[in-house]
Amino acid sequence: MNRYPVWKYAIIVIALLLGVIYTLPNFFGEAPAVQVSSGKATVKVDTSTLQRVEDALKSAGVTAQVVSLEGASIRARFESTDTQLKAKDAIQKALVADPADPQYVVALNLVSRSPVWLNNLHAAPMYLGLDLRGGVHFMLQVDMKAALTQRVEALAGDLRSVLREKDIRHGGIVRNGQGLEIRLRDAQQLALTKSVLSNQFPELLVTDAASGADIQLSASMKPEAARKVQEQALKQNITTLHNRINELGVAEPVIQQQGLDRIVVQLPGVQDTAKAKDILGRTATLEVRMVDESTEARAAEREGGLVPFGADRYLERNGQPLIVKKQVVLTGDNLTDAQPGFDSQTQEPVVNLTLDAKGARIFKDVTRDNVGKRMAIVLFEKGKGEVVTAPVIRSEIGGGRVQISGRMTTVEANDTALLLRAGSLAAPMEIIEERTIGPSLGAENIAKGFNSVSWGFLVIVAFMCVYYMMFGAFSGIALGVNLLFLVAILSMLQATLTLPGMAAMALALGMAIDSNVLINERVREELRNGASPQAAIHAGYDRAWATILDSNITTLIAGVALLAFGSGPVRGFAVVHCIGILTSMFSAVFFSRGLVNLWYGSKKKLKGVSIGTVWRAEGSSAVKAD
Amino acid sequence: MEFFKIKKDIPFMKNALVFNAISFVTFALAVFFLFSKGLHLSVEFTGGTLMEVSYTQSADLNKVRGTVATLGFSEVQVQNFGTARDVMIRLPAQKGVSSAQQSDKVMAALKADAPDVTLRRTEFVGPQVGDELAVDGLKALAFVVVGIVLYLAIRFEWKFAVSAIIANLHDVVIILGFFAFFQWEFSLAVLAAVLAVLGYSVNESVVIFDRIRENFRRYRKMNTVEVIDNAITSTISRTIITHGCTQIMVLSMLLFGGETLHYFAMALTIGICFGIYSSVFVAAAIAMWLGVTREDLIKPVKKDEGDPGDENRGAVV
Repeated sequence: MNRYPVWKYAIIVIALLLGVIYTLPNFFGEAPAVQVSSGKATVKVDTSTLQRVEDALKSAGVTAQVVSLEGASIRARFESTDTQLKAKDAIQKALVADPADPQYVVALNLVSRSPVWLNNLHAAPMYLGLDLRGGVHFMLQVDMKAALTQRVEALAGDLRSVLREKDIRHGGIVRNGQGLEIRLRDAQQLALTKSVLSNQFPELLVTDAASGADIQLSASMKPEAARKVQEQALKQNITTLHNRINELGVAEPVIQQQGLDRIVVQLPGVQDTAKAKDILGRTATLEVRMVDESTEARAAEREGGLVPFGADRYLERNGQPLIVKKQVVLTGDNLTDAQPGFDSQTQEPVVNLTLDAKGARIFKDVTRDNVGKRMAIVLFEKGKGEVVTAPVIRSEIGGGRVQISGRMTTVEANDTALLLRAGSLAAPMEIIEERTIGPSLGAENIAKGFNSVSWGFLVIVAFMCVYYMMFGAFSGIALGVNLLFLVAILSMLQATLTLPGMAAMALALGMAIDSNVLINERVREELRNGASPQAAIHAGYDRAWATILDSNITTLIAGVALLAFGSGPVRGFAVVHCIGILTSMFSAVFFSRGLVNLWYGSKKKLKGVSIGTVWRAEGSSAVKAD
Repeated sequence: MEFFKIKKDIPFMKNALVFNAISFVTFALAVFFLFSKGLHLSVEFTGGTLMEVSYTQSADLNKVRGTVATLGFSEVQVQNFGTARDVMIRLPAQKGVSSAQQSDKVMAALKADAPDVTLRRTEFVGPQVGDELAVDGLKALAFVVVGIVLYLAIRFEWKFAVSAIIANLHDVVIILGFFAFFQWEFSLAVLAAVLAVLGYSVNESVVIFDRIRENFRRYRKMNTVEVIDNAITSTISRTIITHGCTQIMVLSMLLFGGETLHYFAMALTIGICFGIYSSVFVAAAIAMWLGVTREDLIKPVKKDEGDPGDENRGAVV
């Protein structure tokens, strides 16, 4: 009765094999590496980049252990930190022509030293959290109210210009919180305005709000439109953060949305919080200026001579110099949106800019006075300007809707729109949580967690072996297997391991032994009651199972609650806690039964089992009969 | 080896009133301290800035305190963290000053005093996060309580579910009482420990309830009190050994886990000790007073489920 069919043993063997394979990478340690990733949205890292990296290493005479393309980055592994630094310089020189405007991010990193065949199986070491490896953690709150206000403000401007175009007279459009109030003079205008609103402003929800003799409309953002604005704001902020963090040269930055309005930024290995914060909070500025069309300027442009007084020389994106007047017409603050699109008549790719009310007014004046001249849109980042585009003004442009067109491909239109947007954050952000962990502290934390787990584990196994003899040894092995599975699953899922996670690991082992104690006690009890050894084993496992299931499920309920409502450190704890409960059910019941069956199951005339003292009170039925 | 050579069922239920009185007094004390002293909440809950700095030699706390005080912060806490060389400084959240500015200012002042000081860790939590964490913590607690009551009610009987949750919530309150009395720092990790303990000590009650149900089936002639006494007695050895093993792990964390895991392990230790007490002495007694009967647990009256492997069966029943 204590035999497993072959398939059950097969499951055990396969599970063990998988466990070992996925646990293995954790033992190889880490090797210094150089990681190359894209520094711009338009630059892709692919096999040709890989070739360039390899060539650069070859020409510098540096040999890498492995150079591979993994996802969107290239990693080159080296023997020592010396060669790593040399290689970084060589790659940097080969790939990044202009350090002030890097196309690629070349960063130092640590990668697992595990052999290639393990990498091919996607077996990677556990992903250590910041508290174990050191680094900076920020949580940023996006001010969604500001994003909405901005959008409503822009809509108000649009509405004004549309009404003006259609010659509909209104008595004022005022923003009131997140809504608009439109005052009108008579019923006819009201009807016209309503039709304009319903045709051209699908984002707005319009209701009549007549107060006394006044005819008034109030409009507010439809909930789905508001949600879209918020989603876009968050997405754009994340993109902008990505661009900025690329500059820091961090190997594996984590930039994630959390909840509806939060962004988590984690920069492993970065210690300089001040600089990181500076870069995160920086705003690139956009300026609209007039191109200097004087003859001196033309000459300076062509021959690279002296730049006339009151002007600056900037490069266009194709590398051509352009002389631009110092006087600023508009700044990025007045630009509310930039989207790629197509001209409705020519079907040419264009970029559509939307300006706020103040910007629209200025823009109208400037364009009226400068028809036929060129204006330049200059993007300043890190104090360096670049001309994004310099179109010719064809006519006066009012209403704050600007279209930039002319000899652009769709890709170029996309890039220009991105660049125009990239500078700015869609909505202001505020740091609401920040954590810095020094690298030495990280290493100490690993040691502390490791010591806790290993000492606790050893003492428990020793005790089990002494108290339950052979069955204790089986329990000990099962506990070891539990640890193996736990580490393997954490490595496989690449769940973040933190110090609370390690504590959960220790606790999971401490709790997992409960199942084995239950079983062993049950088997002893059966023996005490006079059951034959084989029957005792059978009944012990069978009867204990229901109890084990019940008790694990109640523990799991607590684990799931922590997972659902916890954040940060609690989440790290909960993940390991839950996985630990699941693996313990497998190892403590299924696996340990396998061991017991293998050992005792085939012995037909089993006289006794080694489970420590089976104590009987004098008179064997004394325990029960009362 | 066998630690538990118990000849007769221990009459736990006879003394149930005494045990519950003890339990109630402890509980009342815990509630009293919770209200009179309050929890010493960590930065995660209150918001503010936490800095951990390290000196090459033993740090002079008074000097550090003086230095920080000159910067004009109110309510600054300065204390050793783990070793004499490590110092933890806790600054309250200030309006209009970012945490970077705060910590930079403090670091600059400390550096001026002793150039060998290094910053090991900073942590800043905005006040809005803190409130949220407290709310989420309560939600999690509610979820655990409802989840466990439902599960036990389905699996066993509502009387068991109610008594298990009363017994174990009383553990949670007692842990909190300890934290309030000693003014230990109550952090997110401790909260996780408290909830884990809740799940874990319910285990204990489940094991005993399981046995009670089984006994009701097997020993038809015993009355409720005898059944409960027998169930507790026959599971006590497992209870002590299991908790002992878990405690070994927790002890290992207490010894090797350092300051960060200290209070986490502390909470678990208290939880485990009171978990045993409440499961053994309190939960079953409450179930008894709620009037658990054989019929509650064995609804479809099956024929006596004998175990063919058990030769003693006939003799006992």
